[in-house]
Amino acid sequence: MGKYVIKRVLMAVLTLFIVICLTFFLMNAVPGSPWLSERNPSQATIDALNAKYGLDKPVIVQLGLYLQDLLHGDFRESLRMQRDRPVLDIITTMFPISASIGAIAIGWAILVGVPLGCLAAYKRGTWVDSLLRVICTLGISMPGFVVATILLHTLTGGIEGVNLLPALFDGTPKSYIMPCLALGFYPMCYLSRQTRTAMLDSINQEYIKTARAKGLKNGKIIFKHALRNAMIPVLTYLGPQIAFTLCGGFVVETVFSIPGLGRYFIQSIQNRDYPLIMGTTIFLAAFIIVMNLIVDLLYKLVDPRINLSKGGN
Amino acid sequence: MAQTEKTGKLLEVKDLRVSFFTPAGEVKAVGGISYELDYGEVMGIVGESGSGKSQEAYAIMGLLQSPGKVIGGSITLEGEDVLAKSKAEMIAMRGSKVAMIFQNPMTCLNPVYTIGNQLIEALRAHDKSVSKEEAAKRAMSMLEMVGINNVQKRMKQYPHELSGGMRQRVMIAMGLICHPQLLIADEPTTALDVTIQAQILELMKDLQKKTHMGIIFITHNLGVVAEICDKVSVMYAGKIVEQGLVDDIFYHPAHPYTEGLLRSMPRVDAESYERLIPIEGTPVDMLNPPEGCPFAPRCEHAMKICLHKMPPYVEVGDRHRSACWLRVEEQVQQEKAAPEAQAGEKEADERG
Repeated sequence: MGKYVIKRVLMAVLTLFIVICLTFFLMNAVPGSPWLSERNPSQATIDALNAKYGLDKPVIVQLGLYLQDLLHGDFRESLRMQRDRPVLDIITTMFPISASIGAIAIGWAILVGVPLGCLAAYKRGTWVDSLLRVICTLGISMPGFVVATILLHTLTGGIEGVNLLPALFDGTPKSYIMPCLALGFYPMCYLSRQTRTAMLDSINQEYIKTARAKGLKNGKIIFKHALRNAMIPVLTYLGPQIAFTLCGGFVVETVFSIPGLGRYFIQSIQNRDYPLIMGTTIFLAAFIIVMNLIVDLLYKLVDPRINLSKGGN
Repeated sequence: MAQTEKTGKLLEVKDLRVSFFTPAGEVKAVGGISYELDYGEVMGIVGESGSGKSQEAYAIMGLLQSPGKVIGGSITLEGEDVLAKSKAEMIAMRGSKVAMIFQNPMTCLNPVYTIGNQLIEALRAHDKSVSKEEAAKRAMSMLEMVGINNVQKRMKQYPHELSGGMRQRVMIAMGLICHPQLLIADEPTTALDVTIQAQILELMKDLQKKTHMGIIFITHNLGVVAEICDKVSVMYAGKIVEQGLVDDIFYHPAHPYTEGLLRSMPRVDAESYERLIPIEGTPVDMLNPPEGCPFAPRCEHAMKICLHKMPPYVEVGDRHRSACWLRVEEQVQQEKAAPEAQAGEKEADERG
């Protein structure tokens, strides 16, 4: 187990290194520069700025210098969005907002999606199953901004006399409701479908027949015997999905004007704010790697047959 | 296991019919079978795949999978009508009065829970008053009873850490933990290798004597039947074609299908040059069963009537009956012969 974790951490460092290199080259391959704005600065100014921030050196040298700084824990400062503010500082103030909304969103998605999936599997072929199938297919195929817009329209005054929630995010508990609903809807639907498929598989296994022959009640058969065996594919999906959701949904954050990391990430790319792009990318990549590691360790808890030291995943 | 030994009828199945309503049409998996089982009696149900022998057992347990349905007949267990029970009553009955063990012990235990967990659960499902510690003790004594040693360790192990034979022992322990009156064993030795088969059979025989439970032993292996059963029902295409005590079935088979089964079974006393004789043909297409006797198309003795009419049961001996036109014919001839013989004697007397 310990050996396995060490191996995985080493792999994670390698993965992260590759992600950093790829992002760095791609980012520099895109035309544009952080200094361009409505009033174009003179070429002299641009050259001076490039020289000051080391952007005039060959890309490979820049990468070397960046990696050197990273090793010292320095994520550098923002070039454009909040000039000269440390990137790490920006991430640590933005992330909690995204994370709190993301956590609530993924939380309700799990609490609702998994039981709904069980229900659909248990009632397979009935109208309950069909209804859930329609809802979930809609949820999976509808882009996030459609869900967000529908919510905005119906709950904030679009319908006469219904004005329940604030349209913009202001940090109050009420303003959390819509973003969380919108952000969690897709994972909820996806989880529900995945749970249904996995449950159908495990419900047809022979140990379920044994459980029924023992005289167990339906609830116990479904939630104890079938669900635990159906958890592996669900967990596999959940790991990276949690990371993505916690780092913020760009669309939902834009629609509700949430000052979160997801929106900032996209804006940093639009503005060619190189250190900020790198910082957020590394953060998201590391988060996903950690979540995958946690999921792999959880496999072992869910299914005792999985032997991590023999290749694990 | 101090139980007062009950006698008399444990289970009575009358004209039981089970059908599967598939999109292609109705499949009469069980087409009206009847039998009785006394307390402490072991009955074998023999038949090939698809003969309905397992479905019949599932009907007793109330475990028929959709689209399977009991469409007629009655099942009476200890004087209670099983088919009239509510869902909750069926749940209460399963595992406590009737237990079932299955063919493949490799897949019948839940892989993600320990042996102990699954045993304790089986007990506590029917008796909430038993504390976890007590249940664990009972579970361990059951494991010892089925011949598993080192039970403390086994309780904490997962199914994949045990061998196939060991898992089947666990299944048996799990089935018997609530002291059921009836155990339905659906091919419990089929998936095991031969030496383990013998051990499991020995164990079941032993436990049957100790607990005096009734067993329905479903198998396609006549050798297994000879080993453990008191009586046998031979099933073909959803019908019982012959029923009788083990010795009668083996030494005086009264149905061509039973004869075929016996001929296709290897014997210890056979000469080395003797070949096994398979039953020609293929099993019945259950969607379009033949009109008359289902075995007729494969039967070497088939007569015209066999293809048109299902034969009635004929008593061919003590508790031995067979559904075959050959036996009907024999019976009719005997009846005819009896008065003729008497008449012949009279004539002889007159002459003398």
